[in-house]
Amino acid sequence: MPKTIAEINEKIRKGQAVVVNAEEVVEIVKKMGMSKAAQEVDVVTTGTFGPMCSSGAYFNVGHTKPKIKLGGGRSYLNDIPVYTGLAAVDVFLGATAIPDDDPRNKVYPGHFNYGGGHVIEDLVAGKDVRLSSTAYGTDCYPRKKLDTWINIKDMNQATLFNVRNAYQNYNIAVNVSDKMIYTYMGVLKPNLGNANYCSAGQLSPLLNDPYYKTVGIGTKIFLGGGVGYVAWQGTQHAPDSLRGDNGVPKRGAGTLAVIGDMKQMSPRYLVGTSFLGYGCTMTVGIGLPIPILSEEILQYTTVTDDEIFAAVIDYSDAYPNYKPDILGEASYGQLRSGKIEMDGKEIPTAALSSYPRALEIANTLKEWIKKGDFALTDPVELIPGVEQGVTFKPLNERPVEEK
Amino acid sequence: MAVSRRVVLRFPRSLVDQPIVSKLIRDYNLDFNILKASVSPREEGLLVLELMGQSKDFDKAMAYLTEAGVVTQPLSRDIRRNEQRCTDCGACVVMCPTGAFEVDEVTRKVLFEDTKCIACELCLLTCPPRAMELTF
Ligand code: SF4
Ligand code: SF4
Repeated sequence: MPKTIAEINEKIRKGQAVVVNAEEVVEIVKKMGMSKAAQEVDVVTTGTFGPMCSSGAYFNVGHTKPKIKLGGGRSYLNDIPVYTGLAAVDVFLGATAIPDDDPRNKVYPGHFNYGGGHVIEDLVAGKDVRLSSTAYGTDCYPRKKLDTWINIKDMNQATLFNVRNAYQNYNIAVNVSDKMIYTYMGVLKPNLGNANYCSAGQLSPLLNDPYYKTVGIGTKIFLGGGVGYVAWQGTQHAPDSLRGDNGVPKRGAGTLAVIGDMKQMSPRYLVGTSFLGYGCTMTVGIGLPIPILSEEILQYTTVTDDEIFAAVIDYSDAYPNYKPDILGEASYGQLRSGKIEMDGKEIPTAALSSYPRALEIANTLKEWIKKGDFALTDPVELIPGVEQGVTFKPLNERPVEEK
Repeated sequence: MAVSRRVVLRFPRSLVDQPIVSKLIRDYNLDFNILKASVSPREEGLLVLELMGQSKDFDKAMAYLTEAGVVTQPLSRDIRRNEQRCTDCGACVVMCPTGAFEVDEVTRKVLFEDTKCIACELCLLTCPPRAMELTF
């Protein structure tokens, strides 16, 4: 008999829900069989912890006396520029923003020691940050300058809003050229010197619900150490991506936009991150609970690293030049063994996303649900699946003729 | 005064098969741990030793090595991992030339064995959360 989210929540409230993580569920199904396990297990928890560039936060910093309108001027948090094209004291900070005077790649490769993601980490750590602003002044907002310390607890709202997180799968990055390259996938040594990958694999949220049967707008999740929600499909959401026989995407596919109150988040799960020669970003921790509403949904959560494949892509040519070529495929099982083989050559592998911390997230979420602290939500609408025809298009450039 | 020091020794090709280290240990009363030993493709030898003994013996031993044609360099800088900042991602594993990082097969945590570290500093800027720190 299929279950409903309301029934599962009733069990959660009574502290009787059977909750396991996406690793444990594999053994349970092996022991019990699919149909018995589908009756027993109520929720499977997942987790991921990796660099996610399309992350950011918006803040309402409160009004000054006399008032200032930040829009149209320039504002900075710890020297990181924030976007002010909103109402008077609302600002948006992006994880990849860097100081105006950062040398960038002028001295190659640039170091990118501090950026937007680091400000977010400092804020959730409870540190004071410096807000400095200049404005043009109006009759209703006369003030033109502001330089103050500010703490997250003094802000009216501090809301994490990440427009693309939890990529369903990701590239394996290599470098076939004969010189070192510096990418958002880390440092790639020449002549296939290393292969970097970035997914929690069998623990990863959307790899355990490959057709988005349970996740949608309003799904309550673990976000940055606190509670958050799925806001929408993420940018570049691509449900039509290439899939294996098991339905699991073999390329980057689905993504989530997520939102949550930063005031209850923690610097353990929102970490300012630097990629040499590339830039700044933020490593984000996300955990998605999957309600076991049917045998089919349970079946998807039993996927293992050996059954999830990703494409090996050359970041010295194919990636930057948007060529479709791939050099091959490898499973996460192979990647986690420490090396993969390509053309008879062994390539050492490295992860950019942390498996131990993804597991920690899945387990934390499991405990929250077991203790009855975290009830599941029924999504308002599921995120678009394969049949909705959402695709991921390149920019159609139409050169502008000078008149 | 008893001392314990880490040194990097570089042997030119002509010296690689000479019994320099055994003489060093025998004649200067030093105890040692080999932290790293390798021969490069150009057949130069690299040896990182921790030497323990009397300060004056250590100084004499260094003078002997220099005279023999070995390039010596103290390993005075120390690389540490800020355990609070390390996320156990594993990006460092492929960067380190001496294999000082290893992924635990069961927990998948990234272990840092600092005795293998020769302070080349390659991990400092390639660790995404910058958990590897240089101390003097
Ligand atoms: S790259 Fe840095 S954070 Fe990642 S495992 Fe190595 S030391 Fe830890
Ligand atoms: S400094 Fe870092 S990369 Fe270099 S040997 Fe030590 S641990 Fe390895």
